[in-house]
Amino acid sequence: MSAPVITAKSLDLTFQTNDGPVHALKDVSLDIAKGEFVSFIGPSGCGKTTFLRCIAGLEQPTGGAISVNGMTPDEARKARAYGYVFQAAGLYPWRTIGGNIRLPLEIMGFDKSDQSKRVNRVLELVDLAGFEKKYPWQLSGGMQQRASIARALAFDADILLMDEPFGALDEIVRDHLNEQLLELWARTEKTIGFVTHSIPEAVYLSTKIVVMSPRPGRITDVIDSPLPRERPLDIRDTPEFIEIAHRVRDGLRAGHVDD
Amino acid sequence: MKGKVLPVLTVVLAIIVLWYAAVVPMNVKEVLTQAERAGAEVVPPSAADRRDASRWALIFANTSHLGDSWSMERARLPAPHQVVQELWVSTWEEEVNGRRGIVQSGSLSNRSLVYHAGITLSATVLGFAMGAVAGVLLAIGIVYSRVMDRSVMPWAIISQTIPIVALAPMIIVVLYSVGLSGVVAKAVISAYLSFFPVVVGMVKGFRSPDAMQLDLMQTYSASKAQSFWKLRLPASVPYLFASLKIGIAASLVGAIVGELPVQRGGLGARMLGGSYYGQTEQIWAALFAAALMAAALVWLIGWLERRTLTAMGVPQ
Repeated sequence: MSAPVITAKSLDLTFQTNDGPVHALKDVSLDIAKGEFVSFIGPSGCGKTTFLRCIAGLEQPTGGAISVNGMTPDEARKARAYGYVFQAAGLYPWRTIGGNIRLPLEIMGFDKSDQSKRVNRVLELVDLAGFEKKYPWQLSGGMQQRASIARALAFDADILLMDEPFGALDEIVRDHLNEQLLELWARTEKTIGFVTHSIPEAVYLSTKIVVMSPRPGRITDVIDSPLPRERPLDIRDTPEFIEIAHRVRDGLRAGHVDD
Repeated sequence: MKGKVLPVLTVVLAIIVLWYAAVVPMNVKEVLTQAERAGAEVVPPSAADRRDASRWALIFANTSHLGDSWSMERARLPAPHQVVQELWVSTWEEEVNGRRGIVQSGSLSNRSLVYHAGITLSATVLGFAMGAVAGVLLAIGIVYSRVMDRSVMPWAIISQTIPIVALAPMIIVVLYSVGLSGVVAKAVISAYLSFFPVVVGMVKGFRSPDAMQLDLMQTYSASKAQSFWKLRLPASVPYLFASLKIGIAASLVGAIVGELPVQRGGLGARMLGGSYYGQTEQIWAALFAAALMAAALVWLIGWLERRTLTAMGVPQ
């Protein structure tokens, strides 16, 4: 396995709130290697989103060290190391799908002809070719979320950080998008950090599953998945899959006993 | 649109009926005085007694002498058709057939409402432009500067609690002493009234993007200017038009109030002039002209809003 692209060492983050300090993260250490698909799973308040935001430099840890591509998260962000996908698609309603994907490219100063090429390429990647001129309201929720993934892919970041991107979608759409995401991951060889609270989703997608628990937010188990990279949807009925799902569930339960 | 016509017409009709009815008690004393001079016998015959009598009692005692209620000159309350006629005479008749009108003299008559409405309109539009620009700039300052956020807003609110009628003459005097008069002075009063809704609306508009959208900008390492032009400004457009609609109406009020102390033309001057000489029809006609102008200006902003939002991809 190659050198880790994301390294966290005894990461701590405490929010000061009116009700006193909240330990969002306590002593979190984790290495993520290039090309891995890492899921963070746990009940709400376990710090999975906070950890993802620390990687992105959207939160500043109060202790410990974190590096992305050997840089601080802020430097890595400026070097366009990652694309971030939020729970809601968050497309700008006044921009077309193409215009939304062009947004980061405009901000980062790509030239016009390059912008168009990239827009076409990523629309192709998320299976939305031909929707460039449509406005967000003309697309379904699943298509909007795909467009937001295309937006995160447009500037060729090696790391894709996704914060419950399919959480608001129904199960059928979600299955379909999971399948597409795996396909996309295989084609682009990105490193993906993926926050979810669905056990099947985490097991189906990941090469590594990080189980977290709340108060304080911490890692309780890290599972390296033995499943092959090539995963049809019916892999979810195999004994291996069910065994991993069991282990995740046990990890989540163990976290709760500590309360 | 079609669904609105009937209810609107019903309300208008109700107002007109009510107005015609109100004309009788409002004018009854003058009507009876006029009838008495013409030789009719009214009850009570003494003018002093009539002055102290109730309007309703006079109406019921003199039902046969009320015919002139709707055609009084300088009526306390002129009837709707008298106002409409005054509107017609002081616009079309004055300009097309009058000696001073644009057809015969080549320039607008200073006795016509068209001329006065034009004066008011120029101050309204200039003041509105000044107020809108000032409002947007202040809102940008409030959103981006903590100091301005804390210091400007309370003053903006206080500025709107001072009665503009009291403040307008002082503004005119102060501006005159520094060499500003005429349309600019009136426009300043308009701007004073119209910047406020724009500030309030635009602060809300610039702050309308949620935390996620701002985070997204941060993941792109966008500069403050970039997130302003690409996120905050486009997100604020619906708020902008809502506040511009209020702003332009306030601006018209400001221009009219600014014309009261100056008396150099305009609908405000026309209203005050009418009240000096008891020309109630003239006051009402000027009032209606102002209302029509306000409606037209608000409609124009609404039209611009629809055009802009359509261009921004909002489904209509």
